[in-house]
Order: sequence, then structure tokens, then C-alpha cells
Amino acid sequence: MNYDVVIGLEIHVELLTASKLFCGCSTAFGREPNSNCCPVCLGLPGSLPVFNRRAIELALKAALALNSEVQLQSRFDRKNYFYPDLPKAYQVSQYDQPLARGGYLEVEFEDGIHRVHLERVHLEEEAGKLIHAGDSIIGAGHSLVDYNRAGIPLLEIVTAPELHSGREARYFLEDLRTVLLYSGSSDCKMEEGSLRCDANISLRPKGSRELGTKAEVKNMNSFRSVELALDYEVGRQERVLSEGGKVIQETCHWDEEKKQTIALRSKEGSSDYRYFPEPDLLPLVLESSFIEELSRQLPELPARRRERLQEQYGLEKEEAFLLTANRDLGDFFEEAAKEYPDYRHLAKWVQGDLLYQLRESLKKVDELEPGLLADLLLLLDEGKINRPVAKELLAEMVKTGADPKEMVKDRGLEQISGRDTLLPVVEKVIAQNPEAVENYRRGKKKALAFLVGRVMAETQGRADPAELNRILQEKI
Amino acid sequence: MNLYEKTASELSRMLQSREVSAVEVTTSFLERIDQVDPHLKAFITRTAEQALDTAGRIDYFRQQGEQLHPLAGVPVAVKDNISTMDLRTTCASLILKDYIPPFDATVITALKSAGMPILGKTNLDEFAMGSSTENSAFFPTRNPWNLDRVPGGSSGGSAVAVAAGMAPLALGSDTGGSIRQPASLCRVTGLRPTYGRVSRYGLVAFASSLDQIGIISMNALDSALFLNLIAGYDPLDSTSLPGEVPDYTAGLEPGLEKLRVGVIRYGSTEGFDPEVTEMVQKAASLLEKSGANVGEVSLPLTDYGLSAYYLIAPAEASSNLGRYDGVRYGFCAGGDSIEEMFNRTRGKGFGPEVKRRIMIGTYALSAGYYDAYYLKAMKVRTLVRRSYEEAFKKYDLLLGAASPTPAFKLGEKTGDPLQMYLSDVCNITDSLAGVPSLALPGGAHTSGLPLGLQLTAPPLREKLLLQMACFFEKYSEQAPRRPVLDFIEGGSSDEL
Repeated sequence: MNYDVVIGLEIHVELLTASKLFCGCSTAFGREPNSNCCPVCLGLPGSLPVFNRRAIELALKAALALNSEVQLQSRFDRKNYFYPDLPKAYQVSQYDQPLARGGYLEVEFEDGIHRVHLERVHLEEEAGKLIHAGDSIIGAGHSLVDYNRAGIPLLEIVTAPELHSGREARYFLEDLRTVLLYSGSSDCKMEEGSLRCDANISLRPKGSRELGTKAEVKNMNSFRSVELALDYEVGRQERVLSEGGKVIQETCHWDEEKKQTIALRSKEGSSDYRYFPEPDLLPLVLESSFIEELSRQLPELPARRRERLQEQYGLEKEEAFLLTANRDLGDFFEEAAKEYPDYRHLAKWVQGDLLYQLRESLKKVDELEPGLLADLLLLLDEGKINRPVAKELLAEMVKTGADPKEMVKDRGLEQISGRDTLLPVVEKVIAQNPEAVENYRRGKKKALAFLVGRVMAETQGRADPAELNRILQEKI
Repeated sequence: MNLYEKTASELSRMLQSREVSAVEVTTSFLERIDQVDPHLKAFITRTAEQALDTAGRIDYFRQQGEQLHPLAGVPVAVKDNISTMDLRTTCASLILKDYIPPFDATVITALKSAGMPILGKTNLDEFAMGSSTENSAFFPTRNPWNLDRVPGGSSGGSAVAVAAGMAPLALGSDTGGSIRQPASLCRVTGLRPTYGRVSRYGLVAFASSLDQIGIISMNALDSALFLNLIAGYDPLDSTSLPGEVPDYTAGLEPGLEKLRVGVIRYGSTEGFDPEVTEMVQKAASLLEKSGANVGEVSLPLTDYGLSAYYLIAPAEASSNLGRYDGVRYGFCAGGDSIEEMFNRTRGKGFGPEVKRRIMIGTYALSAGYYDAYYLKAMKVRTLVRRSYEEAFKKYDLLLGAASPTPAFKLGEKTGDPLQMYLSDVCNITDSLAGVPSLALPGGAHTSGLPLGLQLTAPPLREKLLLQMACFFEKYSEQAPRRPVLDFIEGGSSDEL
């Protein structure tokens, strides 16, 4: 390709507050339309906004986690435009005095770690939601509007135009999501719309410093669709340019079905939002001690933690990535590691069997006692149980929270490894299965597995597999 | 003397001593409304039934020996841009003709918990935009001193209700003089408290950084009594002021020794009636004779203040009135597309003055014009505020006129918006500075029409304004307090 791709993202994240930004209405998702509303979030005449302190705290934590410089004084402005989902015909947002400026996120791309810079982080209110008859905004006969979402606190994060492909955008978003989850600011559920991303994308001839004309892509509802949509748009613009055409500044809609971007409206006569300071709110003035306090409340962030996990526990980079992708999983690992010394082994169980069992039983890792996994692995290492039993117990443990030591004791699951105990069982199995024995002797290796299985059945799976193999081979 | 001729404080005393019942008092005002309002048209909506209901309840509670608010049973009229639950709140606009709020403004909650019967909702210029109450979408209100004259505006309905004995107290709102100018034209007392002293929650916004709910009454003591009830911090209004509310009725006896009064010398007195200037001078010499130190203060920015106001207020209005789009409540004209619906609804729902201000405000905020208009106006506002701070270093109080002229004729200025805007020239800079300001009767014009004085104090010094108003009530030559309503058959004994 003869062009450089330049992508900047505008990310909107719903903050994890119980109530809306300017009123006491619930932010719960999935309620009956227009049931979480009051005069304030419906913008009824005479209603006035009042700050939700919690929203400001969460916004600040997110900004701090993103290395953005929190401003001791910021201001709220009105962004004026007419749209049925906007109850007051203006959105309370921040214009030239945002909550935080700058910032960056270090993201690992295919060619190494890159620092992706942020322009700003600011707080604003969410609009309502339009539901178009026929599911599409294009050609809908009528639309319904649900204001449950209107007024939910929203964090807007704007990146510098420093991304160069759909994949980089996806990697950035995935890491951004992890950091925001660590900060506790948002649940970042793209499918519920609590994390949304719009992208500005333009191409310029390789080597050129001047930015090309950009298109804005909206309606990307998953990390995967961000990558697909941006790659599609890169291809489209490249075609236009290489055929000697011009990219027009427009807003495109990503069509998930057709897997293509569709031009929504031309931005040539760009909207004039007539921003001006919101007279119903006082400027937001913060004490630096308050910001320091919030900073202290932040947990260790994923990038730092990854490094530490590798140093402290001797983990591989991949393992460290997996364990930090979810803050609770990392916490679980580190708790369990206090009681179990073979960290690599622990890491393998956590990211393998444990994650599998959690998915199977629809449980979350923070519901499980880390010490139990340590106990289970100790039982395994000490040879008290075998691997199959350990896996069964893990499943049980995840489901019910039962203590593996108790289960072993109560159910007599302890491994049978003594030759004296195993020998009579092996002899009995050999006597009962002369055919299999014969087959094995004739070179059919599979027959041995069958005999092992029989012994396991006789011992309810408790036989020490290594010892059992030794005795069996010796006897036949 | 009829009950409706009594002041709120007199009624309060009579009710507390059980000389009269709340039902008797309320009935007297309701009958008065029936008698005179068809001529004056102060009310958009009357709420006789609810008022009597409240009055009846208050009488019952009093019989039961319950501790009641001093204003319990004292009726009140409410400007129709203050939200009243289950009672339509029209802002005198077609676009909200049938709008019924599901909540009470904070001041209404206060009135209701004090047990004040609400007599009805009073007329105003549409969305409080105007100085004559002629911009009401429904009908103009007439000045009881001369039916051919306007009552001023935008709180014209409230001013007339009090002046004509239809209510002892009324709530108004003042953005750029909307309480003080009509109070002056109707010869009643109008108080605009410090911005933030009274909660705006539930006041339908015109220009949020200037809007302030205030009081229209027959005298300063009544204002004090009412201010005690409605002043104070409201957690629902981020711009309301924290801090204790004093008892405004205590210590109203004036003492003028060492009081420093600055008489405002206007940058330009073009359009000022000479008798108005004379009235201010008379008041100043009365103060001087009574022991005050009187000097002259010029607020050179007054002229710029008016221009700044007519940019800032419309700019905020253009944003505040965006919500009337026909989607959620109020009038909707329909249409084949959302844009058409917006355009038709707003095109038919708003009157010409509201449209004019939305246009001015939209223009002032537009990209490319913002710096030259809105931003510059905000800078002027800062300078105005500073010039007040300077003035209050030298003076405790400022004295001026509440209106450059007595009431003008209906229709006289409707064709010339700039002339209409100039009628607020005395009031507007106080609004920009956010300081408290009070209009009180200042005498009579040779035409017989009332003239009004205006007193301005530093932030939160409402008490000083009320003390000074008491002084004038006591010592200045009083013109008749109430208009003679000769349209009532056989006249009336209105003149005291």
C-alpha cells in the first residue's frame, strides 16, 4: 500500500455509578423503557442538575489510571443540538476546560510496545436511546425513544491520531478496557453499550506529513467489529484514492450484517454546537489532596503488574498477560501463590482448568477461595490424589466452594499407591480379563490402557497411575 | 375595611389571633379576583377550589392547636413560570399551554408546607421575555392605575394581583428587572434577592445565570415575612447559596446614622422622564436630612450592561428553550420528518419576541461570532460586577429609579423592541452583578401614575434593603396606596 493509515479513537465509557450524573435515577441496564426517569433527566422545564460526586470520583480514577493530567479546575459546557434522544436539546459536556488533559497507554502491538497518547479525558452525560422501527436508522417509518439511559455519566476519552490499523485499534481498546476495569470506573461491556468507540480514519501518501481527509466510523459494537470496520474503511479509502478520487468528510455507519461501512451524512457543513458554559453548574474545583487520595486508592495497573508477575513469580510473558487481563484473576493467583510455592504450576492450573470450570459453572473467580486451589494442588503434589481426581474436585470446588481436603477425607478419595494394596486388585483384573492380557502380549498396546481403566474402576479412580502401570507391566 | 385590603402581615396577625379564618381571608381575595380580574386579566389560571381547600385545612389545624407558620392561611399568587405539581404551568406560551408539571418548584413546596392557599397562576410575558406583559400568548394584563397602560413585565400579572388587592403576596421572577419594573409601574414593593438566595429549582428557565425568584408585596415587612419562608440553600439547585438565613422581619426599624448611600448617576439619561430624576433626588435629600451620608456614584458601564444583557440572556435562552421540540411534552405540531416536526412545533408554539431572542442568542453563540458577542458580553459582565464591588467599598447602598418612565401605553412599544428593552435600563446591571435589589413606591407622576425607587445592596444584604424600604414607607410622602378601580360599579372604598 502506498498510503499511511492514521486512526484516532473517541471512546465513550459509562461510569459504574448506581445513579445518574445529575439526578438520583438508577443506571440499571435492561429496565422497562422510560422507567428510570425523573424531571431532571427528562429535562422537564425548571429542573436543574446536581453533581453526582461518585461519578466525578470514578472519572478521576479513570483519568489517573490513563496517566492523564487531572485539572484542578474544569468546567461544564452545553453542547447544543436538536435530536429526539436529547431531552434538553443540549448535552452537558466539557469543551475547552476538560477534567484531564493528555495521558497515554502503553500497548503491545505486533512490532513491540507503543505508547499511544491521549488528547483528553472528560465527563459528560449520556443521551437517551432511539429504537427505530425496522431496526435500522435508514428508512425507518418511526422511532421510539427510551430515556432510561439519558443522564448516565459518560467518560469521553480521545486518543491522538496514532493508530495505524484496525488491529492496533483493537489491541488499544482491549488494553484500555483492562485498565478501566482495574480502575473500577466502568464495567466496559461493549454489548450493553457501556463502552463505545467511534473512529476517525484517514489515509495519506507514505511519507507525507499532512493529514488526509477523514471519515468518522460509528456503530462498532465489539472489539472484533472495530477491527473489521476500520480495515474495511482503510480498503475503501485506498480504493477511492488510488483511483484518483477524493475521500469526502463524512460519518459512516458500520453495518454488522453486510460487513461494510455505509455513509450516513456528509460532514461538509459541520454542525455548530454553540458550546457555552453551563450556567446551572458551578465550575468543578478539586483539591490536590483529593486527587492524591484517589490516586492512592487505585490498584496496581496491568502494565506494571505484568512486569512484576514475571519478576516475582518467574512467569512467562504470555502467562503474565493472561493473569492480568482480569484483575480478579490476578488477585486470585497472587493470593493462592502465598500458600503454594510452585508458581508456574499454579499459573497453569489457574489459566487452564480453573478458567474452564468457572466458565462451565458461570461463576466468577472472586467467588472462590484462593487457598482452596492451593490446598488442592498440595494434595496433588504430595501424591495424596491423582490428576483426574484433582480435576473432579476442582469442578466440585468451583461449583459449591467445598474444601478439597474435606472432600478427600469424607469420600475416601486418597490415592492408592501402596504396592500391597494395588497388587491384589491388579491380579484380580488380570484374572477377569484374559483376553485383554492376551492381546497385550500380542503387541496391542491399547489393551494396557483398558486394563488400567479396569483397575481405576475397581479403585474408584484412586490408584496412583504410575505405580499401577509399573505393577501391571510387571505382571503381564 | 375589606380583608383583601389588608397586608400579609396584618392578615397573619389576624389569623394567628383567630380574629379571622383562613377560609374568610381566602374567600375575600377570591371574590375580589372575580370582581376585578375580568378587567385587569392578571391571572392565567385560577385555583379557587384548591385555595379554599388549603384554607379549610389550615383552619382545622389551627383549631386543633397545631403550631403553624406565620403565613399559614395567607393566600398567594404565583407567576405562571414557576412549576406547580398537577397544575398547568404555561409560561404564557402556546407551546406549554397544556403542560402540567409532575413536580413542585422548591418555593412551591415551601408555600405548601407553610399552608399558604395558592389563588392562581399569574400572567407574564411569554417565558418572562418582555417588559409589559403584552408578550403573553393569551392576553395582556392591564395596569390598575390606568387600564390603557401596561403593568410592566414580565411579572405583570403578579404585580397587578397585589396592586389591585387580588392577592396579598405574589411570587415573581426577575431576570433583568421583571419584578422591579412592574412593581414600580404598579406601585407595589418588588424584591429581587441575591442570585442564589432563593432556589431556582422549578422556575422555568429563561436565562439561568440571571433568573431569580422574588417577591411582590404591599410593603417591606410583608416581603421580609415571605422571604423568611423561601430563602435558603436548596440541594436541588447547585447555584443556590449555602449559609444561614437571617430572620428578615427582625430589626427592620431603620437607623440611618452613618449609612453611606450612593445615588446612581446614569451614563445616559436619554429616555428618562424628568420627574423620575426628580423623585430620586427627593428621596436622596430625605435620606440626607435623616442622617445618611449621601454621595453620587456613576456606574459608567450601565449602557454596555444593557447590550451585554441582551446578548447573554438570549444566548442562554436559545439553549434553555431548545427542549420545547414537541417530543416529550407540550404542544406538538407533527410533521412527516423529525426536522419538520421540530420546525412546525417551534414555529407555531413560540411567539415573535421569544423567536427574536432565540435568533439573537443562537447568533451570539455561533462559531465565528462567539468571541465578538457572547464572550465580549461576558467580559462586560465581569467589569460590571467589579464596578459594583468598587461602589460598595464606598457605599452601603445604592439608590436609583426602578424604571425610567411611568407605565407606558399598551401597544406603545410593541413595534419597537429596542425601546421596549430600554425600559429595563435601571434594573439590568444589578441582575448582571447578581446583587439584591428592591423596588418600592417613590411617589406619583403628575399623570397620576406611580413612580418607583430602586435600592441595591451588596450580596446577601436583603435585610438592609428591607430596612430602607421601611424607612421610606414611614417617612416619605405617601401617594395613595391602592388604585381606584372606577370600572367597578359604584366605585369602591379603595383609597386609604
